[in-house]
Amino acid sequence: MSEKTETTLGMMRTGDSGVVSHMTGGRNMINRLDALGIRQGKRIIKLSSMFMKGPVTIKFDEVQVAIGYRMANKIVIKLD
Amino acid sequence: MKILLMGNPNVGKSVIFSRLTGIQVIASNYPGTTINYTQGFMTIGQEKAEIIDVPGTYTLEPTSEVEQIALNMLNTGDVVINVIDATKLERNLYLTLQLLERNIPVIIALNMWDDTKHRGINIDVEKLKTYLGVPIVPTVALTGQGIKELAESIPKAVSADFPVSTRDSRWTSIGNIIDHVQAITHRHHTWLERLGDASVKPISGGVIALVVLAISFIVIRFIGEGLIRYVFDPVFQNLWMPVLMRISDFIGGGLLHDIIIGRIIGGDISFLESFGLLSSGLYVPFAMVLPYIVSFYLVLGLLEDTGYLPRLAVLMDSVMHRFGLHGYAIIPALLGFGCNVPAVMATRILESKKEQFIAATLISIAIPCAALQAMIMGMVGSHGFQYVIIVYGTLLVVWIILGVILKYMVKGYSPELLIEIPPYRLPPWRTVLQKLRIRSYGFLVEAIPIILGAIIVVNILYSLHVFDAIANITAPVVTGILGLPKDAVTALVVGFLRKDVALGLMAPLALSSKQLVIGSVFLAMSFPCIATFVVLLRQLGFVNMLKSFVIMISAALITGGLLNIIL
Repeated sequence: MSEKTETTLGMMRTGDSGVVSHMTGGRNMINRLDALGIRQGKRIIKLSSMFMKGPVTIKFDEVQVAIGYRMANKIVIKLD
Repeated sequence: MKILLMGNPNVGKSVIFSRLTGIQVIASNYPGTTINYTQGFMTIGQEKAEIIDVPGTYTLEPTSEVEQIALNMLNTGDVVINVIDATKLERNLYLTLQLLERNIPVIIALNMWDDTKHRGINIDVEKLKTYLGVPIVPTVALTGQGIKELAESIPKAVSADFPVSTRDSRWTSIGNIIDHVQAITHRHHTWLERLGDASVKPISGGVIALVVLAISFIVIRFIGEGLIRYVFDPVFQNLWMPVLMRISDFIGGGLLHDIIIGRIIGGDISFLESFGLLSSGLYVPFAMVLPYIVSFYLVLGLLEDTGYLPRLAVLMDSVMHRFGLHGYAIIPALLGFGCNVPAVMATRILESKKEQFIAATLISIAIPCAALQAMIMGMVGSHGFQYVIIVYGTLLVVWIILGVILKYMVKGYSPELLIEIPPYRLPPWRTVLQKLRIRSYGFLVEAIPIILGAIIVVNILYSLHVFDAIANITAPVVTGILGLPKDAVTALVVGFLRKDVALGLMAPLALSSKQLVIGSVFLAMSFPCIATFVVLLRQLGFVNMLKSFVIMISAALITGGLLNIIL
């Protein structure tokens, strides 16, 4: 069995799923994400990412959220 | 009694508000439609209760200006109706738990109840009641289902008095509740969901955006021109003209004739050029502008209610970052094509002061409102559609250049995009038509008094030769830089009142195509109309308004001057 790999939401491939492992951003960013329901342990699927460092769209439960590129790179995901 | 409607953004608070109070408010399918509170009244038993539609918030620990407003309102209320999107129970319960920790009676509306069935979500309402200890009513605000029961249950609202908790323990409790009350069965993706996914992917999303915008433009023009050509113009020419002729003969001549009927041009009354109360004063708002207001707001309402706009924001995000904004700024910008007033107010959905300043300034400068656009279509368009394209093209280039400059000049930070994307919905006709009615009516009651007032004042000032004096003073700028006849200053001054009348005033000047293009661009860019000026002042404060004003005037003069040289 191979170790589960970690990557950032920005680097993750479209269509892959995983669990939020931790976030490397500041307190304000963590608060805003938490309010939207994105927190440690949440299982998410990456729906898309836009070119030219555009936002990443993810889905969890019945919720879809678009996250700016730089912020997406501060969210670390443990891939399935 | 003061009842607060609170909940996450885009859960249907405004629709419930409208159902409970009978007051028609604007509701759309994107987070942040309500940025200021709306109040209304309903009767409960014998008592008259005040209801407040509070802007949406995810948490009572505010992370934005709008959430701070929501929190401040909570401290003034007697009862909270917590509106929950039943399809996103887990996330919505976070705010609910925070509300239940407050010492205030709460009742829950489990809205979008019909959607849970389509999505294979099964919620045990009775069990949820025992966990939360407050009344819960499933509702479908759009159809009105459950609203009566909700209203009747308001007196049963109770304070749950949950102990004040921490974030982690709230999420733990929510996890526990969800495990026991909600079951999800697997289901296949609907075509709307597939379309939703496709519209946020780079290539398919770009194609969809182009198709949507092209269709929108074609439909707006088709309906607008259709209404003018087959309804309003014939009514004015065939029915109203004979009446006007009789009144004109009756009055004879003089200043009174100029004010009421307007000047006789080549032996005839001209609806556009005569500039009297009963000629241009009615023809401009009803036959030139209203058709485009109706067609624009119909299409905008459909776009708002399908849930497409947040997806457009995702697509435009990297482009908007070049201007110190993020993708969500596309929503105020689109609203600006209708009227700059709600557009400037909507800049409040942007988080930082920097973004708000840039967005408000760019909108005032480079986004012509529907009234001005209708006049551009009518007057510039009659010289050839290529001139209309030059006007829009110039404004687009101005937006881009000025946006890049402002990004580096304005201090402050530009936050990242972080938005929830609502599911696509088939637009409910009720809310689409309701919005169309509110907005069209709003145009008429706000525009007509100003248009008629402007006509009276301009006619009196003409007869006193006031404009001749002004024209001579401003001639170096108006003629020297912009290449317009010196009399055009009247139109530019009136532009501060209303842009549609202002462009109308250029009609009798027999301008060349080039001059019309410059006049239109200058009117769009220079000072905002008085209504926009007031909201800009309120939104930005005096100092920033002044800065914005200087930017507007300099940009308008530079652009007008350049056009005069290039064209």
